[in-house]
Amino acid sequence: MTDTSPLDVTAVRRDFPLLSRESHGRRISYLDTAASSLPPHAVVEAMDHYYETTHANVHRGVYETAEEATRLFESARTTIGRFLGAPDPAREIVFTRNTTESINLLARTWGEQHLGEDDAVVLTLMEHHANIVPWQMLAERTGVELRFLGLDDQLRLDLSNLDELLDGAKLLSVTAMSNVLGTVNAIGPLAAAAHAAGALIHVDGAQAALHLPHDVAALDIDFLSLSGHKMLGPTGIGVLWGRAELLADLPPFLGGGGMILDVRTDRFIPADAPQRFEAGTPPIAEAVGLAEAVRYISGLGVETIHAHESMLTTYALDRLEAAFGDGITIYGPPAGPDRGGVISFELGDVHAHDIAQILDSVGVCVRPGHHCAKPLMRHLGVQAAARASFGPYSGHDDVDALVAGLQQATTVFL
Amino acid sequence: MADLEELYREIILDHYRSPRNRGELTGEAALRAEGFNPLCGDEILVTLHVDDGTVTDIKISGQGCSISQSSASLMSAAVKGKPVAEVRKTIETFKTLMTVHEAQLEDAGDAPEPEPVDLRTLGELAALQGVVKFPMRIKCATLGWNTLAQALDDASL
Ligand SMILES: Cc1ncc(COP(=O)(O)O)c(C=O)c1O
Repeated sequence: MTDTSPLDVTAVRRDFPLLSRESHGRRISYLDTAASSLPPHAVVEAMDHYYETTHANVHRGVYETAEEATRLFESARTTIGRFLGAPDPAREIVFTRNTTESINLLARTWGEQHLGEDDAVVLTLMEHHANIVPWQMLAERTGVELRFLGLDDQLRLDLSNLDELLDGAKLLSVTAMSNVLGTVNAIGPLAAAAHAAGALIHVDGAQAALHLPHDVAALDIDFLSLSGHKMLGPTGIGVLWGRAELLADLPPFLGGGGMILDVRTDRFIPADAPQRFEAGTPPIAEAVGLAEAVRYISGLGVETIHAHESMLTTYALDRLEAAFGDGITIYGPPAGPDRGGVISFELGDVHAHDIAQILDSVGVCVRPGHHCAKPLMRHLGVQAAARASFGPYSGHDDVDALVAGLQQATTVFL
Repeated sequence: MADLEELYREIILDHYRSPRNRGELTGEAALRAEGFNPLCGDEILVTLHVDDGTVTDIKISGQGCSISQSSASLMSAAVKGKPVAEVRKTIETFKTLMTVHEAQLEDAGDAPEPEPVDLRTLGELAALQGVVKFPMRIKCATLGWNTLAQALDDASL
């Protein structure tokens, strides 16, 4: 064993009922948190409690439960906003379905309003498809130019031509942490560079939300996207945070109930942000669940979670190196403060799909494939990689199970 | 574990390690089709020559997992030198082998059981039957076959 963790993993695991089930007769080692994290019992209970005692549609009814539901929903907005360091949560937190919808919302509203043929958006080679395709779709409609920041040989962002790429750009849209490489990007300096060039910055916070401290005000960013299910919350809810004065000027996204002030047969007047972007009945129970998830994360402490996962990542990288040496190729920066708990790798001639299958037979859950980052995979020259990723409930025993399972995979394919 | 051993039979591993009919037929006369499995990124290119209603040559290229690669390799060995009509039948039989079990897995209730495939007619291909216990892998196993069918369809054969 290596260093002791700041987290009591045994105690944390008791909060996650799914971890007490078996998979193929083994203790389950859930190493797919980057795809979706597990919800603690408190989140499920908060949603159940809401449905069983309070549920009603929000913003309309005047009866007691409807008012309570509205209050819960709006206080979830505040809780989440505070967690992100948002100065004015009630006006700045937009509920969406997930990160993907948040970025589409941004591209369709702010993008359509501000970007034309003479403009550019800067992305990076390590982006998830969710932070590429909406901009490509926008480019098809408006002719905006897309530029890509490259990577250095340790698979960090190559900032050497950042200023050149930002020259004439109106937006830098970048992930806080790569879902393939585990690379953690220094958002503060990127925000400063974007602003110095007269551009705004949007941060894809999907991967970082659970693992890294963030404070939108301190980082001085303009927009941030998140998914509830990647931060111990439920599926079906995401967040777009935007600075109040920016959201205030944007046109609506989807049309319908809830997003208007007035409708006549020949026109409508949209509501103010954030309701302007929340057409239709919102994910109410999910908002309640996400607020509970945020309280749970704060209870553990994001910094503590990060320290725990850093330690585990170091342990895993060491063990994989020791066990497989040159036989394994790991994609990502070396262990350190800018290396998150995501480990993508290739193991000799064993295809990622086969690795994942064999690991499954011993209760280890990893993901094979391109991880929705095909431009990055092309850059790496990799068709498919297996990926193990950690959460606050991951422990040394999970890494040990991973290594043992991989040893088995190499014997099957000897 | 027993299931896993059924999945990774020796024949499958052998075809994965040393794929048969690997490569690409070029030239105007070659029929070709490309197949993708977006789920896992497997890609396959099937090229073949058909002369007088017979598949006289076939080559497979691309990248993928052991199941997609070995299935395509086994397929190439099974169809080379066979009349197109027989190839079509083998494709159907193979796909039935994969779907029969799919229906069983879904516990089809009162739905009539599809006719079981006589494994003896499949020869070495029967080694792939272990795949059906792993629904996510069925698409890997059928990728080459669907691509071959596509190449024949495109040539109206
Ligand atoms: C960095 C990053 N961005 C965006 C997404 C998309 O998240 P969602 O599918 O919840 O919209 C993911 C999910 O894998 C991700 O890792």
